[in-house]
Amino acid sequence: MELELSDTLQHTVDKLTEEFSDDFIEVYQSTGDTFIRVEPQNIVDICSYLKNKLHYIYLSDIFGIDRFASENRFEVVYNLVSLRNREVLFLKVQLPEEEPVLDSVTDIWKSASWMEREVYDMFGIKFNNHPDFRRIYMPEDYDFYPMRKEFPLLGVPGSIELPNTTPDTE
Amino acid sequence: MDKTKITDQLDSKFFEEHQNKLYQALEDKHTTVEMLDDEDPLSTKMVLNMGPQHPATHGVLRLILQLNGELIEKAKIDIGYLHRGVEKIAENKTYQEFMPYTDRMDYLSPYSNNVALCTAVEKIANVEVPERAHYIRMIGCELARISSHLLWLGTMVMDAGAVSFFIWTFREREKLYDIFDHIGGHRFTISHARIGGVANDLTDDALGMIKNFVNEFPQELKDFHGLLDRNKIFFDRNREVGVLSTEDALDIGATGPTLRASGYAYDIRDFAPYARYDEVDFEVPTRLEGDNLARYYVRMEEMHESIRIIRQCLDKLPKGPVRTDNAKQAYPSKDEVYYSMEGMIHDFMMTDTGICPPEGAETYHAVEGPKGELGYYIQSDGTGHPWRLKINSPSFKNLQALEDMLDGESVADTVVIIGGVDPVMGEADK
Repeated sequence: MELELSDTLQHTVDKLTEEFSDDFIEVYQSTGDTFIRVEPQNIVDICSYLKNKLHYIYLSDIFGIDRFASENRFEVVYNLVSLRNREVLFLKVQLPEEEPVLDSVTDIWKSASWMEREVYDMFGIKFNNHPDFRRIYMPEDYDFYPMRKEFPLLGVPGSIELPNTTPDTE
Repeated sequence: MDKTKITDQLDSKFFEEHQNKLYQALEDKHTTVEMLDDEDPLSTKMVLNMGPQHPATHGVLRLILQLNGELIEKAKIDIGYLHRGVEKIAENKTYQEFMPYTDRMDYLSPYSNNVALCTAVEKIANVEVPERAHYIRMIGCELARISSHLLWLGTMVMDAGAVSFFIWTFREREKLYDIFDHIGGHRFTISHARIGGVANDLTDDALGMIKNFVNEFPQELKDFHGLLDRNKIFFDRNREVGVLSTEDALDIGATGPTLRASGYAYDIRDFAPYARYDEVDFEVPTRLEGDNLARYYVRMEEMHESIRIIRQCLDKLPKGPVRTDNAKQAYPSKDEVYYSMEGMIHDFMMTDTGICPPEGAETYHAVEGPKGELGYYIQSDGTGHPWRLKINSPSFKNLQALEDMLDGESVADTVVIIGGVDPVMGEADK
C-alpha cells in the first residue's frame, strides 16, 4: 500500500530509519493512522529520541494487544502526540509469549508509570526499571492476566479469596 | 464472641499482601512508613487511609497518605475497586451492543462517550454520517459537557464547604435531564448516538427546550460567577492549592481542563476536529496558574463556550436524514422494520452480526470529553466483534497527575484538590 504521510510524519519516519536502521521494521497506515513497528531492544533510546529530537512530548497512552495464536504473541503500542506539529504517531513493539519483558519508559515520560502498570496487570508484560511496579486493578497475589484471550469471560472460579462476610457463622 | 478471631478471618492473605505492597510503595528515600512508633506518642507521623468509600472521593477511590502533622509527605492512589473489565466485555460483544456500556463509564456525560465510540467505529468501518446527525451529536456533546461541569461545580463547592450550591447546580442539571429525555427517551444513560448517525431526530419539543436552556442558562452561570468569584472562603481555599506546572502537566499526561488550567491549550476539538467542530467558532479557555482556582475558571468558561457552540449548531442545523441509509452499516428506521421484510432482516442482521470492519484494520479516534481526551483504539479481525478495544480514559490520566499534585499539600486541601481534578472512577477503573 502506498503511504500518504504528511511532511512532518515523513520527516519522523526518515529520521527513525536513519538513526535506528537495525531496529526499524516497518511503517504502515490503517484508516489514516500511522503505525511504526520497531524492535523492542532499544525502545528507551527510540522513545527518548522521539521526545527530545522530534518533539513527541506528550504520551497519550500505552496499551497491550494479545495476538493470540500468532508468532510474537504480545504487542505493546505507544500512542505519542507531537503537540507542536499536531501529529499522532503509534509506536509498536512485538514481544514473545514466553516471558515478555520490555524496558520502562518512565524516565522519559512520567505518565508511563500507570500505563505500564496497567499493561502488566492485564497482559503480564513486565517492565524493567519501573520505579513503582505493582498491579493496578487486580490484587497483588492474583495469578492471572484478565485481558489475555484465554482468560474466561466469567472469571476463574475461586481465583480470589473473598473475605468472610458473615463471621459469626463460620 | 471472640473479637480477635474475626479480625484474623478478615485479614486474609489477599488483603495483607496488597496492603504491604502499597505501604512498600509509599516508602522511598524521603519517607518511611512506621506503623506504631513509640518515640512519636502524638502520632504526628502517620499513614492515613482515605476512602475507598469516602463521600469526597467521588466514587470508590482510596488514597493512602503519608502524613507529617498536617502535611502530606507522599500520596499513593489505589484504584481497582470498581474494575468491571469493560474492555474484555467489548471484545465479546458487537460494536452496537457495547454502546450502552459506554454510558456507564463516565456516567456524568453519557452522550460524549456514545459519540466517542461511534466516531471510532465509523472511522474504522468507513461509514458516512449525514450532516444533520453531526450537528445533533455536537449539541448532545456540549449539553453533556455542561451537565458534567455542573456536577463538578456542585460537588467541588460542596467539598469546599457550601452545601446549598450543590442543589442549585442540580436544579440546572434537572433541566438538562429533561432535555435528554426528549432527545433520546432516557434521562440518564441516553445511548442516543448510533453507528452511522443518531437513533432519532430532535423533536420540536426538544428543540424548544434546548433553545430555552441556551437562553436562560447564561444568566444562571452569571449568578454562579457572582457568588463564587468574590467569595473569600472559596477563593482562599482554591488559590495556589494543588499547583501543577505546564511541564509537569504534560509530563504526567494530564488532559482536559486539568491540562488547560496548567497552561497548555490541548483540546481535541481544536487539535483534530471531529463531527463539525471545524465549522463553528469557539475558544479553548486556558489559564497559566495551574492551581485549583484556574481549573475552576477554565471549566466555567468552557460552559460559556458550550452555549456558544450550541447556539451556532441550532442556527446551522441542516435538514435531512439523521442516519446513514446503508442497511449494512446502520440500523434501519423502525418504520422499515415493522412494515418491510428487508427492513426486518437487516435489523436482525445488525443485531446479530453487526457492522464488520475490514480484517486487520486498526484505528484510534479521540473526542474531547468533559474530562479530557477520550479515545478508542479498535483493532478488527473482520468479524462483528472488535479483536481489541482499548479505551484511553481521561480520568485515569488525571488521577495519575493527582498523585503528584497531592505531595506537599495539607490534608484539609486533599478533598478540594480531588474535587478540582474531577475524576470519575467508572472511567478510570474501566
